[in-house]
Amino acid sequence: MRAEPSVWVGARQRNLARAVPWAFWKSRNLARKISLGFIYLVLIAGSIAFALPFLWMISTSLKTRMEAVMFPPKWIPYPPHLDAYERMWLTFPFFRFLENTAFITFTSMIGYLFTSTLVGFGFARTNFKGRDFLFVVLLSTMMLPPQVTMIPIFIIFRRLGWINTYYPLIVPAFIGGSPFFIFLMRQYIMTLPRELDDAARIDGCNSFRIYWNILMPLCKPAIATVAVFAFVSGWNDFMGPLIYLQTPEKMTIAVGLRLFVGQFSTDLPAMMAGSFVTVLPLIVTFFLAQNYFVQGIALTGLKQ
Amino acid sequence: MGASIPSQAVHMRRTRGFRLQDIEGWFFISPWLLGFLLFGVVPFFASLYLSFTKYELLGMPQWIGLRNYERLFFKDPRFWISLKVTLYYSVLAVPSGLVIAFVLALFLNAPIRARAFFRTMFYLPSVTAGVATAYLWAYLLNPKNGLVNTLLGLIGIEGPGWFFSRQWAIPALVLMSWWGVGGTVVIYLAGLQAVPQHLYEAAEIDGAGALAKLWHVTIPMMSPTIFFTMVMGVIGSFQMFTTAYVVTNGGPADATLFYILYLFRHAFQNFNMGYASALAWVLFVIVLVITLAQLKLSGRWVYYES
Repeated sequence: MRAEPSVWVGARQRNLARAVPWAFWKSRNLARKISLGFIYLVLIAGSIAFALPFLWMISTSLKTRMEAVMFPPKWIPYPPHLDAYERMWLTFPFFRFLENTAFITFTSMIGYLFTSTLVGFGFARTNFKGRDFLFVVLLSTMMLPPQVTMIPIFIIFRRLGWINTYYPLIVPAFIGGSPFFIFLMRQYIMTLPRELDDAARIDGCNSFRIYWNILMPLCKPAIATVAVFAFVSGWNDFMGPLIYLQTPEKMTIAVGLRLFVGQFSTDLPAMMAGSFVTVLPLIVTFFLAQNYFVQGIALTGLKQ
Repeated sequence: MGASIPSQAVHMRRTRGFRLQDIEGWFFISPWLLGFLLFGVVPFFASLYLSFTKYELLGMPQWIGLRNYERLFFKDPRFWISLKVTLYYSVLAVPSGLVIAFVLALFLNAPIRARAFFRTMFYLPSVTAGVATAYLWAYLLNPKNGLVNTLLGLIGIEGPGWFFSRQWAIPALVLMSWWGVGGTVVIYLAGLQAVPQHLYEAAEIDGAGALAKLWHVTIPMMSPTIFFTMVMGVIGSFQMFTTAYVVTNGGPADATLFYILYLFRHAFQNFNMGYASALAWVLFVIVLVITLAQLKLSGRWVYYES
């Protein structure tokens, strides 16, 4: 039910980035200058097009209702109005929604970290009967449409009396986890030298201590990567809360926003203010943790 | 670090037929294995069973044999509509998205300044995809006062009705999906940077120009990555739900009745759990067939080293 991140992450990318950048473009001089000019043109135009929706969202949220429907449009509302944000906070328990979303997101993030590190370690570093078969099973579950299992899972949680609680959104992170995150962590651990384990074993460490004391400290980049992806997918999760949460005081920002828009469909500034508040944590996280989103993307295993 | 000792040797202790490492291994993967059984295997077969029953959450599921499938294939035109809508979107959105992502990644991989800045600009929207950006796009694509049609108006084009038009609702969603190609761009960029330099040098010695290098070196070397993103893109396009649910709710006139939306309505609005399970299994088979077909065809164009 969660949107899975579309990106593989691992180590090593930094070195590659430095080593080989632009062999493809090495051509003769003039042609090269022209093609570079064209490339800049496309990239600049493209980034304006990609940024414009966000800028428009912010700009609209600072307008009055009149200004929002004016033609030709006002690009920069001056003076900016904060009324839309006021209307939003006053009429809807947005703070409550944010609190609920943060709680679910962080708790399930811990779950994903728990499962991905333990299971990733298991697949990467222990050599047990059936490991390779189970690993293929794990990988193939990534391809399984979640709707196939969604209905019986709903029925099970309903029998357990978990409707309108956060358990259905959190427990599966601890029991099961995400095959993507497990795979990612396994790929990362595979890049760490085995000699570390062997040396620790000779010093008397058991597997659990190798996992916890030796490898986990080295896995910080991968842990951070799983954390930010888990954060984003938890924050954006829509179908889960939609199915399991019923009363407004339990709702997350994603489903709450929908209730809000239902009432404010003509109030564009308030709608955009609500949308902006919803995506702001994601944008902030993205800028703070950009390296973990991007840098680690080392397709480890993509070619196998 | 001293001489490296093969971990096998360290691991040779045996306890009652099981090796220690078997027990350890199963211990470490048990959080996943347990969840896989409880929330994977059991529901997988349960939904297969439910698909042969009538079950509305009250009482017990009633066995009705193949009646759900019969109704689905022969008496439910909206099933076919939802399938058509989803395939149409998939065919439009996936290839175009891959091409855009590939071109952007290729350009980002050129010797340019501010690569990190551009990458950030392209990547950011794909991280924020959700309900909020769905509403944002509903507003941007509003035929009357939306930004897109306003901009089109400035260059003298009368913009279409987008989400209010039967023909343009799916293209509107495709346009939205392009905004989210950043994740694929980053995957491609990493792939491009891993293509060995010496291949380009060898091609240059053979007199290859930029296009020849693209066609004979870059694309073959990138083909496993392209293949992977294509398979995941198709599977993802079959998951299309949020925007269709919050913005168009399947309309106008079922033009955006995506498969998952239709399934969702049966399962969680009408509580036809049996029928919805049949829909889910048909989806599963379709996705499986498409994925296997892609895998089969991939032998012709995907290049694997060694």
